[in-house]
Amino acid sequence: MEQKKDTLILGGHEFTSRFILGSGKFSLDLVKACIEKAEAQIITLALRRANEGGLANILDYIPDHVTLLPNTSGARNAEEAVRIARLSREVGCGDFVKLEVIHDSKYLLPDNYETIKATEILAKEGFVVLPYMYPDLNAARDLVNAGASAIMPLGAPIGSNKGLCTKEFIQILIDEIDLPIIVDAGIGRPSQACEAMEMGAAAVMANTAIATAGDVAVMAEAFKKAIEAGRSAYLSGLGRTIDRGASASSPLTGFLQSASQEG
Amino acid sequence: MTKESLAEEQNLSKQEHLNESILNEEILEDMKKNRIDHMTYLPGMENIDSTIMDQVITAMNNYDYNRYTEQDVRRALASRNRTPEDFAALLSPAALPLLEEIAQTAQRETREHFGNSVYMFTPLYIANYCENYCIYCGFNCHNKINRARLNEEQIELEMAAIAKTGLQEILILTGESRKKSDVEYIGTACKIARKYFKVIGLEVYPMNSDEYAYLHECGADYVTVFQETYNSDKYETLHLAGHKRIFPYRLNAQERALMGGMRGVAFGALLGLDDFRKDAFATGYHAYLLQRKYPHAEISFSCPRLRPIINNDKINPMDVHEPQLLQVVCAYRLFMPFAGITISTRECARVRDNLVQIAATKISAGVSTGIGSHVEEIEEKGDDQFEISDGRSVDEVYQALLEHEMQPVMSDYIYV
Repeated sequence: MEQKKDTLILGGHEFTSRFILGSGKFSLDLVKACIEKAEAQIITLALRRANEGGLANILDYIPDHVTLLPNTSGARNAEEAVRIARLSREVGCGDFVKLEVIHDSKYLLPDNYETIKATEILAKEGFVVLPYMYPDLNAARDLVNAGASAIMPLGAPIGSNKGLCTKEFIQILIDEIDLPIIVDAGIGRPSQACEAMEMGAAAVMANTAIATAGDVAVMAEAFKKAIEAGRSAYLSGLGRTIDRGASASSPLTGFLQSASQEG
Repeated sequence: MTKESLAEEQNLSKQEHLNESILNEEILEDMKKNRIDHMTYLPGMENIDSTIMDQVITAMNNYDYNRYTEQDVRRALASRNRTPEDFAALLSPAALPLLEEIAQTAQRETREHFGNSVYMFTPLYIANYCENYCIYCGFNCHNKINRARLNEEQIELEMAAIAKTGLQEILILTGESRKKSDVEYIGTACKIARKYFKVIGLEVYPMNSDEYAYLHECGADYVTVFQETYNSDKYETLHLAGHKRIFPYRLNAQERALMGGMRGVAFGALLGLDDFRKDAFATGYHAYLLQRKYPHAEISFSCPRLRPIINNDKINPMDVHEPQLLQVVCAYRLFMPFAGITISTRECARVRDNLVQIAATKISAGVSTGIGSHVEEIEEKGDDQFEISDGRSVDEVYQALLEHEMQPVMSDYIYV
């Protein structure tokens, strides 16, 4: 059987890596090593962290071959998100945008309603819109209709490292939405990233779990391996698990006779 | 001595937490004079009819920090989502012996929310005229110092010089004089600042929400107002004259700033003026209530301790020593893990470099609290507000952060 190439396609662009790396919260001189160890092809950055031509400009630390995924952090409503996305395109960060609309400074939870509004505007302007959202099926469908290129539901609040708190709802999105589902935020350890991939997530985005690790680059590599393992498991088809007891081979249909036995 | 003034003096000496280092004969004389009611708004001051002040003052008055035990502190440390009651325990004397554990927990929270990022900025004092008589402040209207107010051209010179150091965030300060530094003047400074900086904060006199809205239009997005002390009786004895004397108008400044569209507000009690535990508790609780009412607001804290000023080099922060300062900083961090914490040059390099590794997230550099100090061309310089303890340049602070494996961040903000 011919091995089918397993790639992630976002807005017509093809990626072999399913690990989207965040660039916040750690030293800029570790960014390059981290990308290499992670073999990441997409890296997110907060446009508001970019300091063109100035000191500590994160853009100076990202290798050219990596696709930039600027986020709209700082946007409190759709209008602000649209302005930040346009700005990001103007400064040469490309057409990808990770849409974040947040007006909650404590949990940093996304506002699905405003996110849908901004997605519609930006998709029409030709952006590859990857919206960060709270995993709600109706909102996800609206995002699809609004022109999103993938859906990025949260596993837990940003930076919390709490893992897949919203697992059941992410599973619903994976089952029902035809776009890639990328689990974003809250993933605290490689095993959780692996679990998300086993569930059928198209990719995982992680930042804080890596940024706050003892060895940032080694943890990036651990995530890469976990994501690959989870993907392979998903593709191979997980063996079943049963809830309780053993299972008889055919408790309800054992009485049936074959055609030849029928009298 | 009149009967009333005698009574007043006795009343004063009876107060606990009296920081005698602030006082001198002239001030003691002035304290005997009649003063306007500090709880009544003056004409022109917007009254937003908020309940937050009453909530803060009631909670502060009920805060009996001596009733907390080590168990309370340990429970607070272990808590996932810390309550005001946990915060109260963390500020109590019972927490001080656990300071190492507290600092380690605070560091974990800081890393989770901010990683190793440390934001850099500098304050720019554009005028030091002041109409207030705050007896601990170098700018107070009775203190004989050189006064100055930069004109537009001079503001531009100063800002250009600061921008050359690589900083992208500026905090614009004035003395509190509406006459000498009116809202339009501050607005002009903001507009000039937009040419040189990405992030503009203000630390000026409290104003009405429509004035904050105007300054937001001019480019500012962050407002810092220090309440100094939340004990209104003590406040009244420290702020003898001027608009600043009106306690509730100052306390509600952050809320008016948010109503005016500002993105973030900063809070601070000047530690050493009164009972620092109560003041720190009120500061945190004030921020907590406003964040619940305005969930989008970016909250930050400053933790200033009293410093010597021109004509009084003996001013000190009384009982707020370094361990107490660290306790307060960590309590803010643990109570509101997502809040910014700024550590000013009132503290020395050693303390600042360590605090940013534990709980603080923002540090100033290349600081002067005088007027016209960043360029030589400006001849009419104004004297300093207080003596700084960390005179390091932007580059020196930047390098020190890197040496401690922290990541300096010049800007994390877009004006939208």
